[in-house]
Amino acid sequence: MAATLPPQYEVVDRPLDSQMTISMGPQHPSTHGVLRLELVLDGEMIVKCTPDIGYLHTGMEKLFEYKKYQQGIVITDRMDYLNPLGNNLAYVMAVEKLLGLEIPERAQTIRVLMCELQRIASHLVWLGTHALDIGAMTVFFYCFREREKILNMIEAASGGRLTPSYFRIGGLMMDLPAGFERRCQQFIDKFLPAVDEFHTLLTGNRIFQRRTQDVGVISAEDAIDWGLTGPSLRGSGVNIDVRRTDPYTGYEQYDFEVPIETGCDVWARYIVRMRELKESHKIVRQALGRLRPGPIKADAPKVVLPDREAMKTHMDALIHHFLIVAEGFNVPAGEVYHAIEGSKGELGCYVKSDGGPKPSRVHFRGPSFINLSALPLMAEGEMVADVVAIIGSLDIVLGEIDR
Amino acid sequence: MSKDIERQQEIAKQAATIPAEVSDRPSVLVALQRAGTDWAGEVIQTFGEITVVVPRERIAEICTFLKTAPGLEFTMLSDLCGADRGPEEDPRFEVNYQLFSVTKHYRLRLKVLLGEDDPHVPTVTSVWRTANWHERETFDLFGVVFDGHPDLRRILLPDDWQGHALRKDFPLRGYEPYSLT
Repeated sequence: MAATLPPQYEVVDRPLDSQMTISMGPQHPSTHGVLRLELVLDGEMIVKCTPDIGYLHTGMEKLFEYKKYQQGIVITDRMDYLNPLGNNLAYVMAVEKLLGLEIPERAQTIRVLMCELQRIASHLVWLGTHALDIGAMTVFFYCFREREKILNMIEAASGGRLTPSYFRIGGLMMDLPAGFERRCQQFIDKFLPAVDEFHTLLTGNRIFQRRTQDVGVISAEDAIDWGLTGPSLRGSGVNIDVRRTDPYTGYEQYDFEVPIETGCDVWARYIVRMRELKESHKIVRQALGRLRPGPIKADAPKVVLPDREAMKTHMDALIHHFLIVAEGFNVPAGEVYHAIEGSKGELGCYVKSDGGPKPSRVHFRGPSFINLSALPLMAEGEMVADVVAIIGSLDIVLGEIDR
Repeated sequence: MSKDIERQQEIAKQAATIPAEVSDRPSVLVALQRAGTDWAGEVIQTFGEITVVVPRERIAEICTFLKTAPGLEFTMLSDLCGADRGPEEDPRFEVNYQLFSVTKHYRLRLKVLLGEDDPHVPTVTSVWRTANWHERETFDLFGVVFDGHPDLRRILLPDDWQGHALRKDFPLRGYEPYSLT
């Protein structure tokens, strides 16, 4: 007598026209990390798309509550690891808002300079991987060549390539190193030809155009309703850029355009980011021209670590240094939400203080998290291969989504 | 963002329909208090930001009003996050709604306070669909239940996780070493 199989092992003869559920990821290279999509397919058409996240959840928001304010900066680096300086800035500006600190001019200019370099680096990773997903491999190498130069500059300034922690509460970790300006000038002199090179590789490519145009369409109303921000929103024709609507660190003094495209598709988002590369380049150039000698730390000895030399020679500096490191500093009770324009969209940081040296709650509004939640809307009704293009166009980073 | 209060005051001054005695107050508060007498509870204006504590039963209604009322147009929900004040506090939980007006470019924070024994709040997914994942995250990490949410499941932690990780009484390292096997 043949043994009967349990029901889950029974061979079912499925007709060809039935729907099929496949699990895409979490190890799929085109999901840019550890994202799993549950796709219900009818042939090659996506009927239902359910993102499944959390594979990279490390409880960072919990960890903030156990660390002093200045220790939280290193946690922010690890959220959106392609835009760590942006994360640093969102966090330190939120805390500075609670403390009411005035940041010196030079520190603000350097913050703008570094953030825009970081934005270029982040967009270059996006461009390389997005093209790679669609099948254009060459672009990747050109992008990473340029990104390498930026990472070297960030390393020269902060000592870290991916986790710089360069911005501190009340200013910067240290001043720019000698020769940085010349190095940066060399980079920006050669960057515009490099962008043109990317355009010759991709923009006129018929295959790339057909893979991206009219794919992953999201209307402006839907985009706002789903909370899309950054290039994903501007690709749908909505003119929102936090650098313009709520200027911070002196962005109102810089002359730049906010690129808007009305195509609402993957192609439009591609064009927006390509134009942003040039706009960021413009801001870097202006910021370099604005660099003047001056202090890089706010005048708040109880919050900002003293200079190393002062600490060794002045008793009060030594005391402040000891107290900041050993006990931290108290932050007035209250709550703030500070938003900046990260490379992927509105990067908001909510900090709630109860008056002590550790925050009571820190929450990051990761733009990737929100942008990804709109993926089903864009992907349903498209082909399987288009999901890869749509994910690429949203520029998600799983470190920020899962936190 | 620090200009929020000033901007709102300007708008309130420009609006001719608002009587002079309240013209120094942000227009959104004037509009809120006119629309419903019990809508705006405590109002906190600090660090250039406006926080309005609202009754939890009316949150969906208030959000719909703020989204659609002409002159306010908070068409985007920037952020939604929970917070735990600690097990000894009552009310223990709060849910913060960061609203953003795409046309007027100003922000507003709504706050709902919830007791520990009844952490329920109506969902706002019908107002802004982006609230879906935010509310799932808050449910996952704080155990705040959003009544009427279409798909209230855990989002960051595994489905079989016990407890709510961001509550203050949840230990940093968990109750036991978590194993994937």
